[in-house]
Amino acid sequence: MNNQPRLTLHIPEPPARPGDHPDFGGMKLPKAGETMRPDVDAAEPTMRDMPFGLIRVLDDGHHAVGPWDPHLEADVLHQGLRAMMLTRAFDDRLFRAHRQGKTSFYMKSTGEEAIAVAQSLMLDARDMCFPTYRVLGWLMARHYPLLDLVNQIFSNAGDPLRGRQLPILYSARAYGFYSISGNLGSRFGHAVGWAMASAYKGDDRIALAYVGEGTTAEGGFHEALTFASVYRAPVILCVTNNQWAISSFSGIAGANETTFAAKALAYGIPGLRVDGNDFLAVWAATQWAAERARLNLGATLIELFTYRASGHSTADDPAKYRPADEALQWPLGDPIERLKEHLIARGEWDEERHAALQSALEDEVRAAVRAGEAIGTLGKSKPELGSMFEDVFKEPDWRVIEQRREMGV
Amino acid sequence: MPVMNMVQALNNALDEKLGADPDVLIFGEDVGYFGGVFRVTDGLQAKHGLTRCFDTPIAEGGIIATAIGMGAYGLRPVVEIQFADYILPAFDQLVSEAARLRYRSNGEFWAPLTVRTPYGGGIFGGQTHSQSPEAIFTHVVGLKTVVPSNPYDAKGLLIAAIEDDDPVIMLEPKRIYNGPFDGHHDRPLKTWAGHPKAEVPTGLYRVPLGKAAVVREGRAVTVLAYGTMVHVALAGIDEAGVDAELLDLRSLVPLDIEAITASVRKTGRCVILHEASRFGGFGGELSALVQERCFDHLKAPIERVAGWDTPYPHAFEWDYFPGPARLVTALRRVMEY
Ligand SMILES: Cc1ncc(C[n+]2csc(CCOP(=O)(O)OP(=O)(O)O)c2C)c(N)n1
Repeated sequence: MNNQPRLTLHIPEPPARPGDHPDFGGMKLPKAGETMRPDVDAAEPTMRDMPFGLIRVLDDGHHAVGPWDPHLEADVLHQGLRAMMLTRAFDDRLFRAHRQGKTSFYMKSTGEEAIAVAQSLMLDARDMCFPTYRVLGWLMARHYPLLDLVNQIFSNAGDPLRGRQLPILYSARAYGFYSISGNLGSRFGHAVGWAMASAYKGDDRIALAYVGEGTTAEGGFHEALTFASVYRAPVILCVTNNQWAISSFSGIAGANETTFAAKALAYGIPGLRVDGNDFLAVWAATQWAAERARLNLGATLIELFTYRASGHSTADDPAKYRPADEALQWPLGDPIERLKEHLIARGEWDEERHAALQSALEDEVRAAVRAGEAIGTLGKSKPELGSMFEDVFKEPDWRVIEQRREMGV
Repeated sequence: MPVMNMVQALNNALDEKLGADPDVLIFGEDVGYFGGVFRVTDGLQAKHGLTRCFDTPIAEGGIIATAIGMGAYGLRPVVEIQFADYILPAFDQLVSEAARLRYRSNGEFWAPLTVRTPYGGGIFGGQTHSQSPEAIFTHVVGLKTVVPSNPYDAKGLLIAAIEDDDPVIMLEPKRIYNGPFDGHHDRPLKTWAGHPKAEVPTGLYRVPLGKAAVVREGRAVTVLAYGTMVHVALAGIDEAGVDAELLDLRSLVPLDIEAITASVRKTGRCVILHEASRFGGFGGELSALVQERCFDHLKAPIERVAGWDTPYPHAFEWDYFPGPARLVTALRRVMEY
C-alpha cells in the first residue's frame, strides 16, 4: 500500500429526513426578472449559462417583472387559474375515491399544476404532448370531459380505454395527449420521432414531452436528447424536477452535481431552468422554445423546478421518508396561490370570486364523480368482456379468437 | 419457530446475509432509507449502513450493469428491480452480459448477482404491474430463474441464490407477499399465520436451486405450478375432487426434470398452470419435456392453463387471471379423456 488515501464509496443523502427540520436556505434562487432572455434565434453557445439561472416572472409582490414577462391578457390567466384549480379539486376528490375503495390507484399533481396547464394553453391544438402520469392539467386546460376521466379511473362500462389501463394512464389523441404507459421515460423518444415526422412532412406541428427528474437516469432520456440534437427535431423536452422520485431525493438522480437543465449542454441544445410554480415563467419559456422549434432551430430542454406537494401516489406515505412539513417550506410557494395573488394585484380578481370559482369547480367534479358512480365504481361495472381480446392486433389472430370462444364471450 | 410472511422472510434472508458476508450489498430504486416499495429491505440500511443497502437512480439497465461490474470485482450484489415489468430496460445487460460473461471469458470473469423482482398479477396493477415474464428469462442460456411460493422457500431460495456464482433472477409473487392466495378474490384475505411454510427458522439455510417440492401427493394426474399458482392449484385440485399430485417447481432453471418425469410416469397425466400468457410461455417447454420423456406413460394430452394471450387488462383482472375454475375444467378434461 502506498500512502494515498483509501477509496470510499459515496452514497448521497438528502438534507432532511423525517424528524429533521427542512431547510431550503442553502438553495440559490435568482430573483424574478434576473435571468436573461436570449433572442429566440440566438446561437446555442451564447446561452450556456441559462441552465444555471432560473427563469422567474412573478416577484414577491406578485407583479410580473423582467425580460421573460409574456404580457398575457387577463383572460388567459383566468383560463389558467381555472384549469389549475379544477386539476387540484379533481385530484383531491379522486384521491378520496380511492380511499373509499372506488378504484385501485390514484396519483395527484398537487403543487405542479402550473406546468401542464400553462404549456397546454400555450401550444397549439395540433401539437402533441407526450405526457407523464402527473400532467392532468394538460387535459383540464383543454376541457377534456371530467366524466371520461372518472370512468377510466373506475374502469367501468363508460371507460374510454375500455378497462385496459390503470386509472390516470390516459390517452386522448383529440386533445393532443399521447398514450401513457407505466414504464418511465419510454415515450421521450417518441416525441422526438413525432417531431421529426412533422419536419419530414414539411408540417408546422411540434411536440412536447415530459419526464420526472428521477427518470432522467433512464437511457431513454439520453437517447431522445441525442436524436433531438442530431436531427434538430422540433420538440420541447421537459424535466419536471419535483425534488422527489417516490422516496428518492433528486440527488439520487444527480442533482447534487449539476442542474437537470444542464444536461442539455452536452447535447448542444438550449437548456432553460424555470420556476415551475410560476405560471407566467412556464408560459414564457415554453413560448420561447416553441418559437425556436417552429423556426426550424431544433429542440430545447426545459427543467421545471417545482415540488411534489403530495405523496407519490395512493401507495405511499411521504412522511415515512421526508419531513412532514417540507412542502410548506418550499420557497417557491404554491402555483395556484401565486397566480391568484397576481391577478388580485392586477385588479382582475378578488377573494370572493376565487371562493365562488372554487365551490363551482368542486360542484362540477362532484357531479362528474356521481355520474361515474351511477355507471359503477371499480368491479361494479365493466366494459363489455369480449373487448379484452380486441386491439391486441388490428385483426385478431387465431389465439385470441379461440380464447375468446373458450371464455364464451 | 418465528412465523413470517414472505416479505419478512426475504428481509430476514437479506439481513442475515449482510451480517455474514461483507461482500454482499443491496441496491435498487427506493430500497435504502425507505426500505423498498414492498418493504422487503425495511430497516436494512439503518442496521447495516449506507453502503450496504442504498438507493439507485431510476435506470434498470444501469442497476444490472453496475451489479455485473461489482460481481466481476468479487462482490455479491443483490439488486431489486421494483416491478418485474420494469426489468426490460435491463434486458440487454441480463441477456448479453450477465448470462454470457463466464462463457465468453472462458471463466475469467463471472457475474454472481441476484436480481429480486416482484411479479405477477392479482393486485389490480394493470398492464405494467402485473406481468409474469419468466419465460423470457428461462429462454436465455446462462441465467437461472427461481420462484418461491411461501416464506420458508423464499428465504432459503434467496440465500442459495446469493451464494450461487451465476446470475439468478428471483421472481417474487407479490400477490402472496402477505398471505397465500388461492384465486378466490371474492373471499376474505388470508395471512400467512398458521401456514406450515410460514415457520421460518432463524439462521442461514438453503433451499437448493433446481429442486421441486411435492406439495400434495396423488396418483391420478400431475399438476405443475410455481409461485401464486401453487395455491390456486391446491384449491382447484380440491374443487375438482381428483387425486392429483402437485409439484411446486420452485426453480425453473435449473429445472428438476427428475421430479417431473417421476411424477408424470406415475400418474400418466399432466396439467400445467401458470399466470403468464399461454403462447410461448414456460408451460410450452414443460409440455414438450413431458411429452419427450413420458410419452409412453401418458393417458391423456397434456393441458396448459394460463393467462390469455392479451396484455393484463385492469378492468378484467379476474377474467384474465387463471383461477381455480379453469384448472378444474382442465383436470376434468384429462380425467375424462
Ligand atoms: C421503468 C420503470 N422503472 C421503475 C418504475 C417505478 N416507478 C414509478 S414512478 C417512479 C418514480 C418516478 O420519479 P420521477 O421520474 O421523478 O417522477 P415523479 O413521480 O416525481 O413525478 C418509479 C421508480 C416505473 N414505473 N418504470
